[in-house]
Amino acid sequence: MDEDVGVNIIIAQVCQRLKGSHLHSHLEKQAKECLHRPEIKLECIKDDVRSFLKETGWERKLQNAVYRELHTLPPPSHTVAPPEHTKEPLSYMRKAQACWEKRILKSLNSMCTELGVPLARKRPVREQKDLVHKWTEMGTNEPDLSNFRPVYAPKDFLEMLISLRNANHDSSDEASCKSHWGLIQVPLNVKNIPEMRKVFVELGLGTSQLGIDDNIHITPDLFENEHVRLGKRVVSEQDSAAAQQYSRQGCPTGLRATLWALILNCGNDLEDVMRYEQLKSGVIHHDLLVDSLIYKDVKLTASNDDYYFVFEDYLYQILLCFSRDTTVLEHFIYNSATPPKSSVQGKQGTEEYALVYPPNGVIPFHGFSMYVAPLCFLYNEPSQLYRIFREMYVRYFFRLHSISSSPSGIVSLCLQFEKLLQIHLPQLFYHLREMGAQPLRIAFKWMVRAFSGYLATDQLLLLWDRILGYDSLEIVAVLAAAVFAFRAENLMEVTSLAAAEAVLADLSTLKVMPLLQIFLFATVI
Amino acid sequence: MSKNKTAGYRGHHSYQKRKEAEARSFIRYRCGFTNTIQDVLRQRPGWVEVKEDEEWDFNWCDVGWLRENFDHSYMEEHVRICHFRNYYELTRKNLMVKNLKRYRKTLEREVGHVEAAKCDFFPCTFELPSEYHLFVEEFKRNPKSTWIMKPVARSQGKGIFLFRKLKDIMDWKKDGSRLEEQRDEAQVESYVAQRYIENPYLIGGRKFDLRVYVLVSSYLPLKAWLYRDGFARFSNTRFSLSSIEDQYIHLTNVAVQKTAPDYDPERGCKWPMQQLRRYLTAKHGAHAVETLFRDIDNVFVHSLQSVQKVIINDKHCFELYGYDILLDQDLKPWLIEVNASPSLTPSSQQDYEMKCHLLEDTLHVVDMEGRLTGREKQVGGFDLMWNDGPVSRENSGLETLGSSCFSPNTNLGCFNDRENQLRHLKVLPGQKSA
Repeated sequence: MDEDVGVNIIIAQVCQRLKGSHLHSHLEKQAKECLHRPEIKLECIKDDVRSFLKETGWERKLQNAVYRELHTLPPPSHTVAPPEHTKEPLSYMRKAQACWEKRILKSLNSMCTELGVPLARKRPVREQKDLVHKWTEMGTNEPDLSNFRPVYAPKDFLEMLISLRNANHDSSDEASCKSHWGLIQVPLNVKNIPEMRKVFVELGLGTSQLGIDDNIHITPDLFENEHVRLGKRVVSEQDSAAAQQYSRQGCPTGLRATLWALILNCGNDLEDVMRYEQLKSGVIHHDLLVDSLIYKDVKLTASNDDYYFVFEDYLYQILLCFSRDTTVLEHFIYNSATPPKSSVQGKQGTEEYALVYPPNGVIPFHGFSMYVAPLCFLYNEPSQLYRIFREMYVRYFFRLHSISSSPSGIVSLCLQFEKLLQIHLPQLFYHLREMGAQPLRIAFKWMVRAFSGYLATDQLLLLWDRILGYDSLEIVAVLAAAVFAFRAENLMEVTSLAAAEAVLADLSTLKVMPLLQIFLFATVI
Repeated sequence: MSKNKTAGYRGHHSYQKRKEAEARSFIRYRCGFTNTIQDVLRQRPGWVEVKEDEEWDFNWCDVGWLRENFDHSYMEEHVRICHFRNYYELTRKNLMVKNLKRYRKTLEREVGHVEAAKCDFFPCTFELPSEYHLFVEEFKRNPKSTWIMKPVARSQGKGIFLFRKLKDIMDWKKDGSRLEEQRDEAQVESYVAQRYIENPYLIGGRKFDLRVYVLVSSYLPLKAWLYRDGFARFSNTRFSLSSIEDQYIHLTNVAVQKTAPDYDPERGCKWPMQQLRRYLTAKHGAHAVETLFRDIDNVFVHSLQSVQKVIINDKHCFELYGYDILLDQDLKPWLIEVNASPSLTPSSQQDYEMKCHLLEDTLHVVDMEGRLTGREKQVGGFDLMWNDGPVSRENSGLETLGSSCFSPNTNLGCFNDRENQLRHLKVLPGQKSA
C-alpha cells in the first residue's frame, strides 16, 4: 500500500514537472493534428491516438522525458519534513554549506568593493555592438584581469571539508586501527569493493568494454564491431534508458555525441536554440562581475591546456550564458547549496530587493571551465553544447562543489577514496601519512574536476561514459584510488608531499579502464 | 673543398675494404645539424661521429652540402645519405606543380578521367612570371576568389602574401617597402600564385594544417613509408576572410606563428595527430574519417608517383619528407607543400620525443645494421604504404576474404605501437636489452 502511494506521488511529481513543458505542447499539437487522419476512429479515439503517438516516436520522447525527470527527482521525504531536508537531510552538513556560502559571498563582495567594480552593470550601446561583432572570438579580448582573483580554489574547499564534524558522532574512544586515517572525519556510508562489484558489474573482468577490448592488438571482430552495431541500433531506437545501459561499456567515438545527447535527453530543437539566443542577448546587454572571473579562469586553465586551448572561444560562449540562466535555479531544490543573494544598490536589508547573484546561483571557482572543455570535443553547435553542459551540471557536476551527504557528493567521494586506500593499500596510506603527504590532498583536485584536464581526452571521455552509464560519480573516487594503487611502488619511495605530487603530476598516459577493472575486480579482499 | 670528402676510397683491395666495412662494428656518420637528429645519431649504439675530412658511412646533410658535394662524392655500396640529388622536383613549388600537371595529363590519357581526378588535391597554381598570362585568364574567370603568392624556394612562411585584385600584384612588384635584398632577389626568384582555399576546416574557429612524415627509401621501384604520428598546427588567431592583411591568421607554420603578437610559447599550438583523428571521428563518424585518411594516402602516393621518373634514383639515397596538408570543410585534403628538410627543432618536450622516435625509426628503416628481412610492413612507427604497388594490411578479418575490399596498410593518427614492433627486430649491437 505504501509503495503504491510512493509511486503515485512520484507520478504526480513528474506530471507536474512535465506540464507546460515544450514536450507537452508538442504532444497536444500532435494529438490534435492526428485527428484528421483516416485511421483514427471516433469509437476508440483514445486508443487510436495513443497508438499513433507510439508509432510516430512521440511515446518514446515522452518516455525519455519521464526518465530524465526521474534522474533529478529528489528522494521521497517524510510528509512533515521541511524543504531543506530535500536539499540535504543532515543538519550539520546544511550548517557547513551555509557557512561556506557565507564565506564565498563575502569574498566576492569584498573583491567587488576593493576593485570598485559593480556586481552587474548595463553595457553601453557601443560596447554591446562590439560584443556582438566579436561574439565568436572573445578569446582575442585581452581585458586587464590582474586584480581579479578566483573566489576560491579547490584547496580552500578541501579545508572546509576537513573541518566537517558530526556533533552526534563520538569518536573519542575508538581504537586506532579502527579509526579513520584520512582527512575526512564524518561517518557517511560509502560502498566497499564487494558492494561496488555488484553495482559496477558491467566493468567486470568477464565483460568486454571500450577502453580495454578495443585495443589495437585485439581484432575488432571480437567485440568492437558488434558493440558499434549495437550502438547504432540504440541510437535508431532513440531510447534514453537503453543508451544509458549501453554507455556502461563505453561509447564508440563516432557515436558518443549522439548517445550522450540521448542519455541526457538533450535535443537541439528550435526551443533550445531560442533559449540560447535569449541568454546570449542577456550577455550582450549586461556585464557581470562574474564574467571577469570566468575570463580569468579560462585564461588560467583551459587556454593553457595542450588540448583544450583550441576551444577557448566556445568556453566563453557557454559559460557567460550559463551565468545568466535562471532555469538552473531549479536544481537548488535537490542541491544542498542555496543560491547567493545580493541586494540591489541602495536597497540593502530589504528581502524583496535581494536578487540571486549570479542569476544562475552558481559562483565559479578556479578550474570551473574545465567542466565544459571536454564537451567541446563532442559538440560544435553552441546551443547544443550549452544544453549538454547545463544538463551535466544540474545532474552531476554541482555535487562536486557542494557539501552534502549524497553518495555522489564530494564529501562521500573523498571518504570513499580514503577508505578504499586504507583498506586495500594500508602500507601505502600509512607511509604517505607519515611523510606528511595525505593522499586526499593530491587526489582532491582530480575529483573536484572529475579528472578533466588531468587525463588524456579520450580516457576522460571513457570515464564520463561510465558516470553517465551508472548515473553516479562514485567511479571518480574509485579511479583516484586505482591511480594510487598503480603508482604505489614509486609512492612508497617518497619522503614528502612535494615528492608525492611529483609522482602523480602527470596522468596523461594512464588508461582508465584497465586501472578501474583491476582495482575493482582483481583486488584481493 | 677538400677532395677527400669521399666515403670509402677505391683502392687495390676495394673488395677487401668493403668486407672490412661490413665487419666493422661501428658506423661512421656525419651530421650537418645540431638539433634533434644530432642527439638521435649520438645515442645510437655503434654509431660514431666523424670529422670533416674523414670517411663516412652515413650522412645526414643539409641541402646546401648536397648541392656542392654530391656530384663529387663517390659512395660505396653500403653508404647512405639523406637526400635524393634532385629532391627539389618534389619540394620546389613550381617544379612540383609542373610535375603533377604532367603526371595528371598522362593519367588522363592512359588510364582515364576518374584516375586523373585523383590528382586534384593541388589548388590551381601558376608559376610567375612564366605563366602570367594563363594566370590572368584563370583569375578573370573567377574574379571573387582569393589567391596566395608564394616564393618558390623559401620556407617557414617567408615572403608569402594574399591578394584579391590584380592591382595588388602590380603594387607588390613596385613595392618600395620591401627590403633591398628581397627586391633584388625577386627579379631572379620565381613565385607561384595559388588559389587560396577559402573554406578551410576550422576547429574552435581556428585554421590548422597537418604535418605528416613520409619516408621514401627508393623511387625505382617506389618504396614509401608513412609515419603514424604527426601533428596539426593551429593558427593562433581566428579565421576570417576579411582580414587578408593579417598574415598571421592565414599561415599556420609554427615559424610564422612564433612572431605573432599574441603567441604564447608556453602553449605550442599543436595537436598530436591522434587527437585530431579522434576529434574528427567524434564529429563525423568513423566512416567519414577513414575515407578522409584514404584520400590523404592518395595525396602522398600520387605526388610521389608524379616525380618518380624525374628523380634520379640512387640506392644510396633515402629522404624523409614533411608533407603539409590542409583540410577543407568538406573534409577534402589539399596538398600545400612538401618539405625535404622538415624542421627537426622541437617546440615542446612532447614534440621532442616524437621527433626523436621519428628519426630513430627512420634509421631503423634505412637499416645500416642490416637487421631487416625486407618483408616488413611496419618498422617502428612507420607503416609501409607503397612497395611498387599498394600494400595491404595483414589479417584484414573475415569480411575481406573474397571481397574487393582493399584495406591499405596505413595508420596515420592511430596508436603508435612502435616499441612493441621494435621488439621484433634484432637487438642493435651494443644496445642494452630492453
